[in-house]
Amino acid sequence: MNKPMILEVKDFSLGYTAANNELVSVLRNVSLDIEAGEAIGLVGESGCGKSTLALAMMAFLRSGSQVQNGQIRYHGSNLFEKTEKQLGKLRGGKIGLIPQNAGQSLTPTMKIHAQLAEALRLHSDLPRSTWHQRSLELLKQVRLPAPDAMLQRYPHQLSGGQQQRVAIAMALAGSPDLLVLDEPTTGLDVTTQAHILELLCNLRQELGMTMVFVSHDLGAVARISDRIAVMYAGEIIELGSCADVLRTPAHPYTRGLLNSIPRLDAEGLPPSLPGYPPKVGSVKQGCAFAPRCTHATEQCQQDAALVAENSHAVRCHRSGDLRRESASINVIQLPVKPTLEPLLNIEELQISYHKAGLLDQWRNIEPPVATVDEINLQLNKGETLALVGESGSGKSTIMKAISGIQAPRKGQIELGNEDLSIAVEKRSNQLKRNVQMIFQNPDASLNPRHTVCEILQQPLKLYFGLNHESCRQRAAELLELVRLAPHYLDRMPGQLSGGEKQRVAIARCFAGDPDLILCDEVTSALDVSVQAAVLKLLKELQQQKGVTYLFIAHDLAVVKAIADQVAVLYQGRLCQIGPVDEVFNGVHHPYTSALLNAVLAPDPEHQPKLSGDDASEQHPPAQGCAYQRRCPQADQTCSEQSPPWRNDGNNRIRCHHDLLELTLRNNSPELIEVANF
Amino acid sequence: MTAITATHSVPVTKTESRWAQAWKNMRRSPSGMIGLSILCLHLVVAVLAPWIAPYDWTLQNGYIMFQGPDTEYWFGTDNMGRDLFSRTLMGGREAIMVTLLGTLLAIVWGGLAGMTLGFVGGKVDEWLMRIVDALLAIPWLLFLLLIIALTGQQSWTLILTLGFFYGVAVIRVVRGATLEYVPRDFVVAAKTRGESRFTIVTKELLPNVLDALLVEAAMRWAWMLLAFSSLSFLGFGVVPPTPDWGLMIADTRGMISIAPWAVLFPAMALSTLIISINLTADAFAKAIGLDRAKAPV
Amino acid sequence: MLKLILQRLGLAVFTLFTVCVLVFGVTEALPGDVCTAFLGRDAQGTRLENCRQQRNLDQPALQRFADWGTGVLQGDLGTSLKRDKSINDLVATRMRNTAVLGFGAAMIGIPLAIILGVMAALRRDKPADMMISGTSIFAMTIPEFVTATVLIFIFSIQLQWFPAVTTVRHNAPIADLIPNIILPMITLALVMMAHILRMIRSAMIDVMASDFVQMARLKGVPYWHIVFLHALPSAMLPAINIIALTIAWLLGGVVIIEQVFNYPGIGTLMIRAIYDRDLPLVQAIALILAAVYVLCNLLADLSSLALNPRLRTAR
Repeated sequence: MNKPMILEVKDFSLGYTAANNELVSVLRNVSLDIEAGEAIGLVGESGCGKSTLALAMMAFLRSGSQVQNGQIRYHGSNLFEKTEKQLGKLRGGKIGLIPQNAGQSLTPTMKIHAQLAEALRLHSDLPRSTWHQRSLELLKQVRLPAPDAMLQRYPHQLSGGQQQRVAIAMALAGSPDLLVLDEPTTGLDVTTQAHILELLCNLRQELGMTMVFVSHDLGAVARISDRIAVMYAGEIIELGSCADVLRTPAHPYTRGLLNSIPRLDAEGLPPSLPGYPPKVGSVKQGCAFAPRCTHATEQCQQDAALVAENSHAVRCHRSGDLRRESASINVIQLPVKPTLEPLLNIEELQISYHKAGLLDQWRNIEPPVATVDEINLQLNKGETLALVGESGSGKSTIMKAISGIQAPRKGQIELGNEDLSIAVEKRSNQLKRNVQMIFQNPDASLNPRHTVCEILQQPLKLYFGLNHESCRQRAAELLELVRLAPHYLDRMPGQLSGGEKQRVAIARCFAGDPDLILCDEVTSALDVSVQAAVLKLLKELQQQKGVTYLFIAHDLAVVKAIADQVAVLYQGRLCQIGPVDEVFNGVHHPYTSALLNAVLAPDPEHQPKLSGDDASEQHPPAQGCAYQRRCPQADQTCSEQSPPWRNDGNNRIRCHHDLLELTLRNNSPELIEVANF
Repeated sequence: MTAITATHSVPVTKTESRWAQAWKNMRRSPSGMIGLSILCLHLVVAVLAPWIAPYDWTLQNGYIMFQGPDTEYWFGTDNMGRDLFSRTLMGGREAIMVTLLGTLLAIVWGGLAGMTLGFVGGKVDEWLMRIVDALLAIPWLLFLLLIIALTGQQSWTLILTLGFFYGVAVIRVVRGATLEYVPRDFVVAAKTRGESRFTIVTKELLPNVLDALLVEAAMRWAWMLLAFSSLSFLGFGVVPPTPDWGLMIADTRGMISIAPWAVLFPAMALSTLIISINLTADAFAKAIGLDRAKAPV
Repeated sequence: MLKLILQRLGLAVFTLFTVCVLVFGVTEALPGDVCTAFLGRDAQGTRLENCRQQRNLDQPALQRFADWGTGVLQGDLGTSLKRDKSINDLVATRMRNTAVLGFGAAMIGIPLAIILGVMAALRRDKPADMMISGTSIFAMTIPEFVTATVLIFIFSIQLQWFPAVTTVRHNAPIADLIPNIILPMITLALVMMAHILRMIRSAMIDVMASDFVQMARLKGVPYWHIVFLHALPSAMLPAINIIALTIAWLLGGVVIIEQVFNYPGIGTLMIRAIYDRDLPLVQAIALILAAVYVLCNLLADLSSLALNPRLRTAR
């Protein structure tokens, strides 16, 4: 301990008053010392209290919350004893916050320059005349292109990455010595996320700030932090250096969590943690993880103290025994034999949201470039095809066309011998039944006013015309299929956890006994440990029923774990398609390699490589390669001609550069400096 | 990453219906319970009035004009010597009957039209909504008066016109509520499943819009009572000698300096009824987690 | 930007046209016509014939609508049946009187409602909020004629501060109207305030719970800056359109209030026109009131354009 502490959390408990006037603890006896200049990561799943702790470090309590005991000291003085005025000076000044969702955290009715000027007025001694100059410098510091124009914009005119950079600039305006980052990259595309993390790393080196980095993503935390604190049910259960926690995790929860993260370099499905996290405030004594822990003993029910060994502290009785066990990852292999019988066939699919108005037709205005174009996909029965790409790449649009709620402009979609390019209302009952869809967020896809039984009955009544009694019988069978007990039939979705809800959604989809299932980001709204279980369920059902999945995902490691084939999309155009192994390990399209390089892994050594910039595009280019504007290798030809398909076995790449050129580049990726604007 | 949500503490072990939950919440609101009891009292009185009233409410007696309240005439007498207590008891019957039927009509037609418009969307919705806006632009009181002037004062005319006009306002609200749910995934899921439009509107949308619709009904009822009593006040509502609060106030307000009770009691009766509806609606909306004030007009 | 404004203007014109068609259509569709309604029991024989001829009722409806429409477009609202005078003359001074009343009430009511609404939102569920919200429920639900009667009882009869009814003529100078206008203005302002206040309160509660307000607090922005610079503009947005709708809806209330106070405005004229079955006058007044409504809506649309950068600027 050679450096002074900048922030000390001492035996801190925080609770809120629930509807029944009971005090529910969100944080329980948390202690954490943060040295000046270090970066500490707070990780955990939703509801573990990590965001609450981060905000408490700014002495901010959500309404209804109160400090139960303990204190948080900043430079030695208790934050909760300061006056509103003193806190106002600290917040946004010496203690800066970078929020989770910058888009919603910037005031929508104020231009960027006004918001930056406000921060400078409140938290710097600079004279008014220099504010404009300083604002420009700040925007340059966060690597925003064209800062002059940026100042005159409103928040909604910026892309997600740009908004996040502006939020960072605003925090820097107060020249903070402590920066609290509350899930700063959640919700951003992988490449944007990699760029923002890179920026944060650089800023830390330049300015030497202390950082508290809150995230559910162990990969992102690994990228930034010196030390990691793992939180579970309002407690810190493991605290240690980044390498210690990630390489030799000692708490069973940390181990399980790390194991359940799908990785690019692993084969098969990750094992999942059994059970679900406890409800906030439901654990009063003992180890909160004990009900889910396979090593739990009698003693675990009574208490669990934080035991420190060197600088690695663990809240577990068994950590001593467990440390000796190897922490190897045992993946689950569920081989599914794809058949050679073709099921889904998509040819030259083109979709456009634009509807030409009468006026445009008269004036002969060229319609805008189609959102999705030249899509050719073949999918065999029993296979899993993953569509990958960033937001706006047209993945969901293609799914809408297959499910029949968005009419294609051109092209053919066929299921077996039947035409799927017609609207869903015109399809036969048989055909409707054969194509089913699972949505990203089960909160939204289950009607909150229906019971689970009513939800499952709807497809049964629609497709099979079952009567009430047999519906209930069949619904119970469906629940059993997704490993839920029949007493769930009378629950409302609001009473289920995220993972349970998604299981109900899966059961509903299997009610139609479909051939093809469209999965739209089915696990991205779930916590990592729950995600693994849902992926396993999907794979098992495929084994049992021989269904075919068309899978949308943005997480390439998930794709690696579950898919047989993968298709990479950019701006509605295919870049690369082929078997997962060959696409991920063989020759890459420049966009594929940008995506793969940006992937994070929960490993302190792992460093994503950045290629190109992360500027987001609104429309695909009118001609040439779709990726031309961001591609570091783009030349004249790319902007003029459509690229040809190049085949490397089953791995097909659409690029002007030949395979050899691409292979060479893959092996020696030059780092493109993002700062060169 | 919201760690704190006050609503998560739904008991998983026992399932309680939403309405039971709402009733439990509502019982915690003192203003709501006061409102509800006054409302119930009003309804009971309106039903039983002919049997409770101590005197004939149309009987005129020139000898006892403007008598103050006493043990014989609890609320005093009016300008024609009629017993005000009996008249006040009876004065809400017509108003409550007409406005309840009117509200029912408004909610049914406005609700159906609003949900359909919200679900269908597109050009049809856009153009029909412009017509709805135009209908809202017509001063409603004038329109009512015009129709009554041309067709005469009949209850069914009032019910139909009030129902139609207030239904137009309901369309806006229900369409707004529907639009909130149409892009939700559960509606998209129903569409991709191939459910018919009718099923989607009645099974998926209606249960979700129902809250807004119920609160809207209570609100419309209060507004309609206001409108009806205003019409009566202007002499276009109830045909004398049937007692009606609005009309009673209009008849006696010129004499307010010598007989304030003659205005006071009908005014109290009318105001407490409307306030009780509003208090109940407010408490109910709060109990089911809706913000009532956001509904336009 | 310009395109948007033109769009809104076009919509306003469309609305007015629809109102014209509806008002004309209803009078056409209902049994009887201007003359039968006006003449009542005498509606027969030559008197009816004469009346109809005089008013061109023997011509087809479409023709008459076109004539009436061209008249309106040229600023001529037609001729009153009862008084046989130009409607323009009848309406002008009364319109002025109502405008003074309405404008005055809005000038007092709207700013007060915004301030009280914000206060109530910030002190949510505290005594101050309960007082403000509770009072607003009363002001909103008690019929205007009851409020007016109570005010008259207190201020005119007991305290004798203001006259109970207006005794000056409709064309008196505004200065003479002033003492008469106070009570009607207060009555109208009360109702208006109650509605607007409730909306501002609920919009403000929403906005104060939003991410960007929480962020502003975590940026150390002083409380009142957050309230007025960050939150209020966003809270006004949903409120504005509803305020416009409410004001229009309250036009009905103006009629009643004018009637109670015998105030020589457009409302009293309207009631009289209806008693007299003076349909041309009724039509003209309907059109004027609809125009006021459309104007309110237009103003609301333009102010939300001014307040909301999302509407003004594309991404």
